[in-house]
Amino acid sequence: MTAVRVLVGTRKGAFVLTSDGKRKDWDINGPHFGGWEIYHITGSPADPSRLYASQSTGWFGQLIQRSDDGGATWQPAGNQFEYDGVTGTHQWYDGTPHPWEFARVWHLEPSLTDPDDVLAGVEDAALFRSTDGGQNWHELSGLRTHGSGASWQPGAGGMCLHTIIVSPDNPERIFTAISAAGVFRTDDSGETWRPMNRGLHSEGIPDDDAEVGHCVHSLAMHPSRPDVLYMQKHWDVMRSDDAGESWVEVSGDLPTDFGFAIDVHAHEPQTVYVVPITSDSEHFPPDGKLRVYRSRNGGNEWEPLTAGLPQSHCYVNVLRDAMAVDTLDSCGVYFGTTGGQVYMSADAGDSWTPILRDLPAVLSIEVQSLT
Amino acid sequence: MIRVVLPAHLQTLAQVNRVIEVDVAGKPTQRSVIDAIEARYPVLRGTIRDPVTQRRRPFVRFFACEDDLSHQLPDAPLPDAVAIGAEPFFVIGAMAGG
Repeated sequence: MTAVRVLVGTRKGAFVLTSDGKRKDWDINGPHFGGWEIYHITGSPADPSRLYASQSTGWFGQLIQRSDDGGATWQPAGNQFEYDGVTGTHQWYDGTPHPWEFARVWHLEPSLTDPDDVLAGVEDAALFRSTDGGQNWHELSGLRTHGSGASWQPGAGGMCLHTIIVSPDNPERIFTAISAAGVFRTDDSGETWRPMNRGLHSEGIPDDDAEVGHCVHSLAMHPSRPDVLYMQKHWDVMRSDDAGESWVEVSGDLPTDFGFAIDVHAHEPQTVYVVPITSDSEHFPPDGKLRVYRSRNGGNEWEPLTAGLPQSHCYVNVLRDAMAVDTLDSCGVYFGTTGGQVYMSADAGDSWTPILRDLPAVLSIEVQSLT
Repeated sequence: MIRVVLPAHLQTLAQVNRVIEVDVAGKPTQRSVIDAIEARYPVLRGTIRDPVTQRRRPFVRFFACEDDLSHQLPDAPLPDAVAIGAEPFFVIGAMAGG
């Protein structure tokens, strides 16, 4: 029996949605951690019953929650994220030096092989690892201290490390993305790092093709092609065919190339999804029409997917971690909006239906395909 | 016995009612009371004060005996009425938007 479990993080709690392989009828469980911001909730590829959630508020700080039964019950794990050594400063919005301060965990990335091994991307930007199921955390400080940290600056949402991709064929290779610094890669499990931003061009920084300083919004990779990366940048949709060594723009015929979320079809490594957003000053879809765009050839040529999505008076946003795919035979695509809708397509984007319409603003979506 | 009133979110986290009781050796202070809270309810570690700096979180306030004690030093003695359990020590989530 095949099933899917959709993990939804919102501004006011977490929700766990489950369905069988038909994906027509859904059981809704939640809110978990009601009233708290859940920036990310995700499952272990090695043990789908093991879930991790990042729970925070501006009042009471950061907690990490762990479930060993697929989200039915939760236990608090460790919440001490202490930067390693002297933290120094990064750039503030006005360009002045600002001390590094921990704010929250944006993204949790469990190991592909060990449910107790999990990475955490945090604000102010840094990468932490736990090897004991989230009880204790240590910083992989080679990233923050590799040399360019003093020039990093916050994006509108804060200076966050929001994307972590561990290469499926080489677990020592990890890609991270930071707003607004760019993409960084390690090939030695986090000891040493290199910026991987050649080919990016960004307005709003003094040198538009600088090695560091780009506001990368999200990255995606298909596990069968670990050297191919897709990027939704602040503006521009980009692709790298050489594991981030260089990037080319593949925005092509998109109506706008601003956006946040990007993902790849589970079975077609060249099929990519984005949700174009009007601009950096208008965080809603162009013309009030919520459209997912799909490219079947790795970018440049995009088709709008509209069936079942609102095509008038729609002014929601889709945030960077709020899109995911399942791995069922007919690939399911899911995304959540700042208006609280969770949409899914059981036919790779051809048609859409809402699972829920009235959640708090959706911050993240992850999908587990269960057998 | 010190009586402590917790805000709703922390009651939920610790799975307790609005008022909890903790024992503190000697003259109670903000630090010793929070130490006792965290020892008895480990899930609250880091929620009232930062787990690294040990500073009160900016949106958390401490009240007792109709006074705001938030800006007193962590090792300043709490009022006698709190020390004998006649008045509670309030941990408050600051009012800051909806």
